[in-house]
Amino acid sequence: MEALPKITFAPPKAAAERADSVHAVPRPAVRLAPVIPPAGRFADRIFKGLVLGCAASVFAIVVLIVIELVSQSRLSLRAFGLSFFVHSNWDPVSGDFGAFPFIYGTLVSSLLALIIAVPLAAGVALFTTEMCPRPLRSTLSFLVELLAAIPSVIYGLWGIFVLAPILRTYVEPWLAHNFGWTGLFEGAPYGLGMLAAGIILAIMIVPIIASITREVVTAVPRQQREAVLALGATRWETLRIGVLRNARTGIMGGIILGLGRALGETIAVTMVIGNSPQISKSLFAPGYTLASVIANEFTEATGNLYLSALMEIGLALFIITLIVNALAQLLVWSVTRGMPARAIG
Amino acid sequence: MIRRFLLLMCAVVLMIGPAVAENLNAAGATFPNPIYQKWFSEYHNAHSDVEINYQGVGSGAGIRQLMSGTVDFGASDGPMTDQQLAEAKFKIFHIPTVLGAVVPAYNIPGVTGSIQFTPQVLAGIFLGKISNWSDPAIAKANPGIKFPSLPIVVVHRSDGSGTTYIFTDYLSKISPEWKAQVGTNTSVRWPVGLGGKGNEGVAGQIRQMEGGFGYIELIYALQNNITFGTVQNAAGKFIKASLESTTAAAASVKTMPDDFRVSITNAPGPNAYPIASFTWLLIPAHWNDAGKRTAVVDFLNWMLDHGEEMTNSLDYAPLPASVAEKVRNRVKEIN
Repeated sequence: MEALPKITFAPPKAAAERADSVHAVPRPAVRLAPVIPPAGRFADRIFKGLVLGCAASVFAIVVLIVIELVSQSRLSLRAFGLSFFVHSNWDPVSGDFGAFPFIYGTLVSSLLALIIAVPLAAGVALFTTEMCPRPLRSTLSFLVELLAAIPSVIYGLWGIFVLAPILRTYVEPWLAHNFGWTGLFEGAPYGLGMLAAGIILAIMIVPIIASITREVVTAVPRQQREAVLALGATRWETLRIGVLRNARTGIMGGIILGLGRALGETIAVTMVIGNSPQISKSLFAPGYTLASVIANEFTEATGNLYLSALMEIGLALFIITLIVNALAQLLVWSVTRGMPARAIG
Repeated sequence: MIRRFLLLMCAVVLMIGPAVAENLNAAGATFPNPIYQKWFSEYHNAHSDVEINYQGVGSGAGIRQLMSGTVDFGASDGPMTDQQLAEAKFKIFHIPTVLGAVVPAYNIPGVTGSIQFTPQVLAGIFLGKISNWSDPAIAKANPGIKFPSLPIVVVHRSDGSGTTYIFTDYLSKISPEWKAQVGTNTSVRWPVGLGGKGNEGVAGQIRQMEGGFGYIELIYALQNNITFGTVQNAAGKFIKASLESTTAAAASVKTMPDDFRVSITNAPGPNAYPIASFTWLLIPAHWNDAGKRTAVVDFLNWMLDHGEEMTNSLDYAPLPASVAEKVRNRVKEIN
């Protein structure tokens, strides 16, 4: 019972003290800024320093990666120069190295993945946000995100044991029969090859693109839809004009993230692409990617030039990722230029 | 309870701690990894004061780590080149430990028996010159077997590996064209075929694809009951790969060089399987640390006395007695 009065008495006393201390500091009467005690200012400065350090570390890591990649690939850079990136031979025995088939394979497999994944992901996102019955919505979103949590080696195994036989026995003969004239579907249907790699990659990036698209589409104000509907638009027109157009910057961002994953994906692609450094118009033919050749050959690479060439492959992957991202940013910028900043970037 | 348990653990660690006097690190080839792990663990059981950690990181990485001094000794499926030995800052002994063999595996519907492969057929298929199972060269070596007209789907290793090194070393010896066009290495520029990752990748693709054909390690084929063909050796006999015919290949090498850097593919013996090879431990010739030196020398002698007996249970071929004797003399030179 004795403690109570003390406690009830404490707040007013503390308040009075605080008032006194504020009063003690002479201030211009007009200044209305919040009063920050000196201790708080110091903590703020530390926090700012910490956050700045975090941001700077990202910058430092990128710079260090570039320095290390360039210095490790010095031998190869000196031996082959810039022709390394357009040369098609990869021969560890004679020590003649060129990255072109790997660059080609990386770009084509990623492009193929985007062609398959973007419409699929957009469809998934639009359905879950605009048309899906409410009870089904969370289940569907959860399942899509679950796809992203599956380790890539599992995708690779599934590719070898399930996807490749299906492609070999049903899909590829059908494609060759009906679309063989395009030249894209020629040759022996191995099942493994560029097409299989593109499909596996597409499945892996659908959840990334779909979940970002969903977030962006959800954020489009309801009034946008209502305004378009009020003008007598159909459902498709509402989605196209009222939703997709407003959300396109964000959707592009999702696609870029998906593309980044596709370019760098290693083990799943290695398991299904056929690993043969060749450039073929047919999607049935085996290919090779930059990431795959590093994973395949780095451990057993003997000889300094060979190792250095593999390092330069890493450098090539780094540069390509940089260029593709820059191009994508440029695309986003050119699409949104002159548009009011309505949607989330 | 927990505190008492932790105290007990500390006591146990403190008691065990000083008992391990020597801790050696090694890294290298993945092919002999299972037998090395068994050896190092059995040796530790018999000699609790020595512990050897082995990491199967690949022959190339093993050689690099040895040369840069991050491990005490290395291991490789292919011998180090003259250039690598010259670049190393110290002298390195090649110590052969066990033998491995590579076998041709296939999937031809309707053909269940063992197919005989001549060197010309093997080289022809991998050069892309023989592309159908109905090729007369295959039929000629296999009277009595009817081959369907089916394209050959060649499968090779996509990852750099000692298996590829042995196989391409063999092809280079029996085919001048292969030697000129492709050559010998852990990874090569394959004229034809699909790449599969690891023995399991190659075997899986052969099993799935009608007409599939590729090379896999003998151990992998034996442990997974994969049918494989016989190969005609230098003496003209068709030999089925086995632990005996692999050891016979090593025994039939006429002149074993002093540094053991020898290729035994296409060996001359009448019962020698032609696609076989040693795998080596790479041991520095001179050790500054006397404790480590004693441990390594003692381990190598133990390997020759007891380790070689354990090879058969893991399907590795042991060294022939003549080679083991030469290795014993070499071990004495480690100082």
